Amino acid sequence: MEYRIALAQVAPHLGDVAANLELASDRVRAAAGEGAQLTLLPELALTGYLLQDLVPDVAMRADDPRLLAIGSETPGMLVAIGFVEETDEHRYCNSVALLRDGELVGLHRKVYLPTYGLFDEGRFTRAGDRIRTVTVGEPIGRIGLSVCEDFWHASLPMLQALDGASLLVNVAAGPSRAPGSSAGLQAIEGWHKMQDTYALLGTVALAFCNRVGNEEGLTFWGGSRIVAADGSTVAQAPLWEEALVVGTLETDDLRMQRYGLPLLADERIELVRRELDRIISERAGLDGTPPEG
Amino acid sequence: MAATALPPLPAIEPAQAIEVIVGFIRAQMAQTGFSRLVVGLSGGVDSATVAFLAARALGPDDLLAVRMPYRTSSDSSETDALRVVEALGCRTERVEITSMVEPMLALVTGGDEASLNVRRGNVMARQRMIVLYDRSAAFDALVIGTSNKTEALLGYGTLHGDMAAGLAPIGDLYKTQLRAVAGELGVPQEILDKPPSADLWPGQTDEDELGRSYDLLDRALFALVDRRWSADRCVSAGLDRALVEWVAGRVARMEFKRQPPPVAKLSLRTPGFDHLYPRRRPGSRR
Repeated sequence: MEYRIALAQVAPHLGDVAANLELASDRVRAAAGEGAQLTLLPELALTGYLLQDLVPDVAMRADDPRLLAIGSETPGMLVAIGFVEETDEHRYCNSVALLRDGELVGLHRKVYLPTYGLFDEGRFTRAGDRIRTVTVGEPIGRIGLSVCEDFWHASLPMLQALDGASLLVNVAAGPSRAPGSSAGLQAIEGWHKMQDTYALLGTVALAFCNRVGNEEGLTFWGGSRIVAADGSTVAQAPLWEEALVVGTLETDDLRMQRYGLPLLADERIELVRRELDRIISERAGLDGTPPEG
Repeated sequence: MAATALPPLPAIEPAQAIEVIVGFIRAQMAQTGFSRLVVGLSGGVDSATVAFLAARALGPDDLLAVRMPYRTSSDSSETDALRVVEALGCRTERVEITSMVEPMLALVTGGDEASLNVRRGNVMARQRMIVLYDRSAAFDALVIGTSNKTEALLGYGTLHGDMAAGLAPIGDLYKTQLRAVAGELGVPQEILDKPPSADLWPGQTDEDELGRSYDLLDRALFALVDRRWSADRCVSAGLDRALVEWVAGRVARMEFKRQPPPVAKLSLRTPGFDHLYPRRRPGSRR
């Protein structure tokens, strides 16, 4: 069975939720016109990225009607979109919602908030503490959601693959570390290599939607893409500019890939867990070894 | 949490605030390697307060107060500025800016009377900045700023004019809080009593120009900024909606005056993004 994914590589308006809601609806309509069953919009697509103290002004609950309405005019359309979530306990999280027919079917709170180099996310938002997958039914199956930096920790996509994901979805707001030099392009290449590797090792399809545009001097690089479970590129958006790119995945490809390369089935998760338990215990000094240093 | 009464401005502990600011000035001097300060003295309460603080931190010999009248400046401004100089025994110079400002305005013309007033005010403020920085080089000193928190938040100042300085000792004191500090320092009563004015044209007062009293402005700013209240909550606590929206809009619109300009990031280390250091650090002393 085939299904089509649309990557809406947009440049959200910083701090302007109303304008971004309109932008999102417009892109989902265009994606529906292209026959997509799943549309991705980037991390913080409803708010823009460099929010700083705007965070509480633009935050919304995960059941906010404005959020749930996105894509609801297209029956069956799945939409993954980034926003600032305010939880019942007033934690402000960098979250991605998975929506369908006016309902929230999945939610992931960014686990890894980069707070180094040019990043200061941990100053303004709180980290999520769950890594899960969500069943969305045929043809896609099961989706593992994540946000940008989450992908720089291999444990997250591997856990999602082991948890049954047939498709990894990563939404991003990746500013280029050096858009004026080869170092910047090298970093982008690193992102793409990493995605190919996750698809290959997890024998799982992958869709990545990164934003473009410029905020306060930071330039976001785009380069959104869809990768099949064998690590091959199915669709590739341009760098730096807005685009709506659509690609088709065939579920049978995943099926046959996993027959030919049964890496997931062979994974020794009990062994991994035992070794992790040991490492955790040693790091905490619970094994009786004296503290380092 | 019902929105009840508007939070009052927290009463400043003047003696404590003075101790903190004097310590701040001394630390800045030590860290930059300067031992002298230059202040533009207008005769108003802000610059008088800064002059008193600077003199207390360094002693009057290391403070140069520069008076920079324009042809329309009121005589009382000069009189009040001299009261400060006399009270402190600091150094002083008088540099009239009229003959610097007029040629500029004569050379570049256009606009109606209202826009000319704004232009003239900006040119005057920037001319004074030029004089202050010129005198600071001659006196081997840092320029100490006189902008207060109310002005900074409302952007009621001229970028690269009166907002230009090497350090900002009263930048976190609202105008109405600053008076308590000024009183404790012994700023002359005549200065404390007169209506605040930028004295950019005859008869100008801040409160006329802003259209609101500092008391109301500071209460709105304190609720919106310090307490992070929403505009709606300020209104239900008794503030006028038009005032609250004007203040909130102005704080947002004037953000650019409070920050260095955005840099187009191109490289791996960009000042402001990933080249981040304390302003004063080992090696930064001159």
